[in-house]
Amino acid sequence: MNGSNYSSIISNGFWTNNPGLVQLLGLCPLLAVSGTLVNGLGLGLATTFVVLFSNLAVSAMRKFVPAEIRIPVFVLIIASLVTTVELVMNAYFHELYRVLGIFIPLIVTNCMIIGRAEAFASKQSLPRAAADGLAMGLGFTAVLIVLGGLREIIGRGTLLDGAQMMFGPEAASWRIELLGADYPGFLLAVLPPGAFFGLGLLIALKNDIDRRFAARVAVAVATKQVPAA
Amino acid sequence: MTAIRNALLGGALLATFAIAGVAMVAFTWKNTAPQITENQRHVLTSRLHEIIPPEAHDNDLLDDAITVQDSERLDTTAPVTVYRAYKNGAPVAALFTSVAPDGYSGPIYLLVGIHADGRIAGVRVLSHKETPGLGDPIEIERSDWITGFDGKALGKPALEQWDVKRYGGVFDQFTGATITPRAVVRAVKNTLIYFEQHRDEIFARQ
Repeated sequence: MNGSNYSSIISNGFWTNNPGLVQLLGLCPLLAVSGTLVNGLGLGLATTFVVLFSNLAVSAMRKFVPAEIRIPVFVLIIASLVTTVELVMNAYFHELYRVLGIFIPLIVTNCMIIGRAEAFASKQSLPRAAADGLAMGLGFTAVLIVLGGLREIIGRGTLLDGAQMMFGPEAASWRIELLGADYPGFLLAVLPPGAFFGLGLLIALKNDIDRRFAARVAVAVATKQVPAA
Repeated sequence: MTAIRNALLGGALLATFAIAGVAMVAFTWKNTAPQITENQRHVLTSRLHEIIPPEAHDNDLLDDAITVQDSERLDTTAPVTVYRAYKNGAPVAALFTSVAPDGYSGPIYLLVGIHADGRIAGVRVLSHKETPGLGDPIEIERSDWITGFDGKALGKPALEQWDVKRYGGVFDQFTGATITPRAVVRAVKNTLIYFEQHRDEIFARQ
């Protein structure tokens, strides 16, 4: 997927080759922490940070790292970045750190990150690698946010619960009771199976949109070929 | 010859990356460690105050702590910290950082608060690695299961009823997770027994 320009790098990350909906990489954290919107956003941004800087580092050293040792070098870079992110989150977003728990160190196992290092950053210039890291990371974050929001609304009837963990104490009031305070909750959406259902629906929705779009383009092309019918 | 040279170069390069990675982590650690300690202290204080409200005692809980050790009753060879609450010099409660060693995915770290008369003031989970969605209702943020311990004591319920319902006890298990709540119940029971046997030593101030 060597897109020829930046707009294709960005549309690759967010839509055409989205890590969550098309490549299906990083499913473990995607499914596990998308219980609420804020959790999804937190892990998504942490992952974006890691993939951006790992892409930058990998791209910067692509000329002088021999192919034989590139994988251990990628692993070293990613592991160091993830540990750094973990320490920083522990220090400055302590509550969120406690909620996301094991899934912060597990960013290291997110195949999307080493996948982008190997498939893209190791062959591309610095700015293009940075754009790709940012687009892939934010595309992943977007899926986490949508899936998290969906599961939070259906499962708990709220939105933005726990926003104070990321945005400070005043954000506690951002919490919205969408379905009323006496909404009983829907456990299935909160539990891991709900994440699978949700992700499946999102993938189906994306494919449907793609199909309709393709059909419309085909119709447009067809009508152009038969002028003034 | 070139093969050896390449291998050496590759090794040197890998070592350079390892050193750079370690340096970055060490630098971050050095700069975040005080903040992390402060956060943990803050979390611990607010957790202690959930069990023993600030107005119920007049000493500094974090400073008025002792460590005890009992590998049988306290289920760990590591020392267990006991925070002691006093009001006007009289003992109010003791808060144990107990460990449930037999959680589903490793030890569950608990805070067990016991009133001076032996009733449980409250229990909280400090940290755990139980399965998300199955074992984590032990957290107060996720369910009020853990408040089921409030007011319980040794003999209330009887010792053999300190278990989850499936095994004839009085405490609820979770759907799909029995090991986790069972480990917590057992750790709380053992802490109570230890407290019963060592009450005077625990509250004796040096």
